Amino acid sequence: MLDYQQPDARGHFGPVNGSYFGGTFVAETLIHALDELKATYARYQHDAEFQREFRHELAHFVGRPSPVYHAARLSRELGGAQIHLKREDLNHTGAHKVNNTIGQALLAKRMGKPRIIAETGAGQHGVATATICARYGLECVVYMGSEDIKRQSPNVYRMKLLGATVVPVDSGSKTLKDALNEALRDWVTNVENTYYIIGTVAGPAPYPAMVRDFQSVIGEECLTQMPTQIGRQPDAVLACVGGGSNAMGIFYPYIPHEGTRLIGVEAAGEGLDSGKHSASLTRGTPGVLHGNRTYLLQDRNGQITETHSISAGLDYPGVGPEHAYLKDIGRAEYVGITDTEALEAFHRLCRTEGIIPALESSHAVAHAMKMAPTMRPDQHLLVNLSGRGDKDIGTVADLSNADFYCRPSCRGQSVKGGVSVVEMKS
Amino acid sequence: MNVRIAAVFETLKAQGRQALIPYVTAGDPSPAATVDILHGLVAGGADILELGVPFSDPMADGPVIQKASERALAQGVGLDDVLGMVRDFRRDDARTPVVLMGYANPVECYGVEAFARDAAAAGVDGVLIVDYPPEECEGFAALLKAAGLDLIFLLAPTSTEARMATVGRIAGGYVYYVSLKGVTGAGHLDTDEVARVIPRIRQHVQVPVGVGFGIRDATSAVAVAGVSDAVVIGSKLIQLMEAAPAGTWATVARDFMASIRGPLDAASAARRL
Repeated sequence: MLDYQQPDARGHFGPVNGSYFGGTFVAETLIHALDELKATYARYQHDAEFQREFRHELAHFVGRPSPVYHAARLSRELGGAQIHLKREDLNHTGAHKVNNTIGQALLAKRMGKPRIIAETGAGQHGVATATICARYGLECVVYMGSEDIKRQSPNVYRMKLLGATVVPVDSGSKTLKDALNEALRDWVTNVENTYYIIGTVAGPAPYPAMVRDFQSVIGEECLTQMPTQIGRQPDAVLACVGGGSNAMGIFYPYIPHEGTRLIGVEAAGEGLDSGKHSASLTRGTPGVLHGNRTYLLQDRNGQITETHSISAGLDYPGVGPEHAYLKDIGRAEYVGITDTEALEAFHRLCRTEGIIPALESSHAVAHAMKMAPTMRPDQHLLVNLSGRGDKDIGTVADLSNADFYCRPSCRGQSVKGGVSVVEMKS
Repeated sequence: MNVRIAAVFETLKAQGRQALIPYVTAGDPSPAATVDILHGLVAGGADILELGVPFSDPMADGPVIQKASERALAQGVGLDDVLGMVRDFRRDDARTPVVLMGYANPVECYGVEAFARDAAAAGVDGVLIVDYPPEECEGFAALLKAAGLDLIFLLAPTSTEARMATVGRIAGGYVYYVSLKGVTGAGHLDTDEVARVIPRIRQHVQVPVGVGFGIRDATSAVAVAGVSDAVVIGSKLIQLMEAAPAGTWATVARDFMASIRGPLDAASAARRL
């Protein structure tokens, strides 16, 4: 078993290759808030009452544990390894994001912060945050790139129904990274009464480790579920990686189990060599963004480059620093899946198993579909099905040239990377 | 301690005056105009120049400086170009200190060792990296010190006394008190609050203390100059140049500095009486 103790007290993952990942690369204005958060998390991380409340919420509000489902028909059709799906899509609000959001909202309550801010790409983290704020009576402001607002309008409406204010961000690429910048700015300005719920394992310390800890409930459940299901641990665990929270959640408890390969699947967009992708680990270089040192997509001047993915949730030029560390020490492998491959997997899972997966998760499914036929039927792949695909049906419809829009509010809308919807005739 | 920065504060202290420190983004509105703008600022009465290194994701800056950064990036300005501008500026001005202000990633991408060497060679005197707090830049601080450059730090209304002491131990040149909770160019300046905090900072920090964020005109500059060693002005200057026709930017910069320098010195003189 690998002895794994990361990060250190400063939030550094490493050292590796003479450097480290993670850290606290923020303006002085935020240092106090982060110190306060570190102290609060250190206090409650092992607090019995806090953990009891967290577990209670996961069981009764989220519906945990989520099942592991044997995708038998898909496995049979592919003719190789058995594919199992960890059903995070069955969580309340439809994705793994809610696990972390509950943990952080419980901290915010204990810190007496009445105002919550969040950033969101695909909207799943925004919806989870809006949901928990409604449940706990907290004010909720969600920053979202205006490009993503177009792509994910059902989730925007869900957030509004739940009482959140959704703030469109028009700067930069108008996607997740810009929403993160804007949320950080809000936090700098309103740090006294505001708690910032970061939705992924990125950002300054303590977020990467804290979000990982809250999400590791996914992998912990798998550790007990897989032996019941197949008599042992799987040969490989696969998960999609944008910021990387669902992947860290399922990977982390498996890190010491070296017999299980850990495979992160990044968005290769139009191809890893096309320049239009979001594959920070497979095509990026180390740098500093959003409060931590990690792999980034950047140009020769250190400017962050624009990214592309069919999936708004993966459309991010950085990645959680622990993934950067796992890559460099060789404990996890990272691969790319293109928009086209993800879309094919999306349709395949719909038809063979009756599950509509999120486009994010479809990337992980697609890679499992590639691997399975090269393996034996007595081998097992565990795929984290991080979210459900209801939010993505508009994107998929556009790409398939299917025009199911019939509401006035949707007329003329199109999605990034897709063909525009034909204007409804009156 | 950097020679040029120390000399400026020594001279001003002897005269009972405060340093006027403008901020402009390198390459904005046009890369060709930056050196002229810097000379214009000095002609108008600037003591130290803060030159922003454009970055795609300036998370601590407000919309005005973010847009300035975007305009510079759209014209392809990289860190090597910024160093080139400082070299050009040095041809006609060997006296005025230049401080580069920016974010960690362009510097790390350039290479911290190469940066310390090349910045010193270009005539840079100090460096302020917004997202390098003391605990993440020990190696960088040592490299800069060896190259004769000051590493300048921010302090904020949320900084604790312990924090001020940490910054005080490694700060070079001057420290820069962010006078309000917020991004550059935002909100309303609370001069009473500034007056309360600066004496606390001075207990922990030996270098001069400047105040920035929220200073837009002579009135606000005079108000904070009463308690600090320097005033920093950025967003307002950029807005004025934004509104001005090409070719007039250096003049606009000079006139704006002069409009603050006069009242600043008059107030200092009044205090000395």
